[in-house]
Amino acid sequence: MEVKILSAKFDIEDGHKLEIAKQHGAYATIDKLFSMKPEEVIEEVRNSGLRGRGGAGFPAGVKWGFLPKGTGKPVYLAVNSDESEPATFKDRYILVKDPHMMIEGIIICSYAIGSHDTYIYIRGEYTSQVKALQAAIDEAYEAGYLGDKVAGHDFKLEVTVHRGAGAYVCGEETGLLESIEGKKGQPRAKPPFPAVAGLYGCPTIINNVQSIASLPFILEKGAEAYKVYGTEKSSGTHLFGISGHVEKPGMYELPLGLPLLEVVEKVAGGVWKGRKLKGVIPGGSSTPVLTPEEAKTVTLDYESMAEHKTMFGSGGIVVLDETVDMVKLVENLIYFYHHESCGQCTPCREGLGWMLKIIKKVVRGEGEISDIDLLSELCDNIEMKTVCVLSAACTMPVRSYLTKFRHEFDAYVSEGASTAEANQE
Amino acid sequence: MSDRSQLISTGEPFKFDQERDTEFERLIKRYPERESMILPALWLTQEQEGWISAEAIAYIADRIGTFASKVFECATFYTMYHLHPMGKYHICVCRTLSCWLRDKQAIVDYLRDEIGIEPGQKSEDGKFSLEEVECLGHCGTAPVVQINGEFHEEMDVEKLTALLAELN
Repeated sequence: MEVKILSAKFDIEDGHKLEIAKQHGAYATIDKLFSMKPEEVIEEVRNSGLRGRGGAGFPAGVKWGFLPKGTGKPVYLAVNSDESEPATFKDRYILVKDPHMMIEGIIICSYAIGSHDTYIYIRGEYTSQVKALQAAIDEAYEAGYLGDKVAGHDFKLEVTVHRGAGAYVCGEETGLLESIEGKKGQPRAKPPFPAVAGLYGCPTIINNVQSIASLPFILEKGAEAYKVYGTEKSSGTHLFGISGHVEKPGMYELPLGLPLLEVVEKVAGGVWKGRKLKGVIPGGSSTPVLTPEEAKTVTLDYESMAEHKTMFGSGGIVVLDETVDMVKLVENLIYFYHHESCGQCTPCREGLGWMLKIIKKVVRGEGEISDIDLLSELCDNIEMKTVCVLSAACTMPVRSYLTKFRHEFDAYVSEGASTAEANQE
Repeated sequence: MSDRSQLISTGEPFKFDQERDTEFERLIKRYPERESMILPALWLTQEQEGWISAEAIAYIADRIGTFASKVFECATFYTMYHLHPMGKYHICVCRTLSCWLRDKQAIVDYLRDEIGIEPGQKSEDGKFSLEEVECLGHCGTAPVVQINGEFHEEMDVEKLTALLAELN
């Protein structure tokens, strides 16, 4: 089931080094790139159907098309390498194992959108990864792929790595921009969208690492070759991170559109310890959970996920076995999002804190049925009432557990402290 | 970690060493606006000293040409900046979803017992500090522990015992 497009060079010894990467085709598209017009590059990417791999799945070529023309302002590219959504751990493989594929992608994107300055925003926790990335960038400068004349062509490109310092919210596009500007990562109200007024008030495109790294293949082989993989509306391949209760957790590159349970079974070795499946989180912790029954019919693409009232998200699949206590899982989730709330909007800052207090009370065995209903009501009152979607990233999954596993919450209430105690043993 | 409301004064003036000074000058040319250097300068400070003092905040503000309050704001908003000295070995245990599912609690409990401190505290001899942190992005090799920035994956009590013996 696995394919090797993005991960083609991951297993090559020292494949992260420029010399070795070049032997395996790195920067091979640069001359072709400069023989094309920027609009032709955008057209090719649009035709490939490549969708943003950060989680939202917005078509990349279309996003680039939003840039206003002739503003006289510089255009910036920000590469989102914050990768902070729990259960997401794919981009760091690119940063460490094939950083030159991403740098080549940055050159392609920059040329297409007419940008001469890229900022790569990498999360602060990625300590060894940031070193690997910077080393590759230094190599690319040394070899003339970056700097005043990219590979000898009349095109200037500077690439700067900007380190975050521990804030989930900086994975949100405008939180990320604020952070580069030296501020707290508090997202901006939109519109204006970053394509119009982004970094330093200038037109800015923000793309995920994996989206950018997909570009060399698309340019080299063409949009049609990319569309060979995946489904009609969800084309190409994706780096999936499978974690939780499976025998073989890890990062796997797969074409989009495969049946989820078949992937769990054949690629990740199935539910561990011979246990039964209780649920699957399909694309990072903010995506609504699927029951085993729902999981039977879902495929790994944007459309199927939407049909099942969840989201494709970041491709971070979490498998839950029969022993998982959903009430405590929800406590873990709410704790995370409350901790990561930037504090800007009252419904999120106060509401998630309130939700945390309620779920803790339930876990202690002191909850009442009205508390469970209140949690549900809070979800409705918080969601979409804030500047960014961080609060919804908490309420959407919480609501799914409350709906699909309501009996577990009720059991905590009806059996009171005894359930809480039994669960601690 | 823990109390993020107070700045501690060392009573000594702070400045970048030669290496950090050079890096600061290299980086500042990369940004059209000087305030973009707030996060990088806080990182340089923490790399040099291990934490960020009141004097360092004032120095960074002065160096960039901005208000100390803006630097302080970032130093408190972003959780990885330390506003007081950590242990020689700063141990972070991931507490989020995938690590939680793979029993990160056993790791925390073991460290609490072995070192004798709660998450958020530092041992009396200054050797260890312990912190529970949010998702570290190593979910496929959970549970994960980060010690002074270095990742240790697929941790269990046995591996942790060996690791602590090494550090001791």
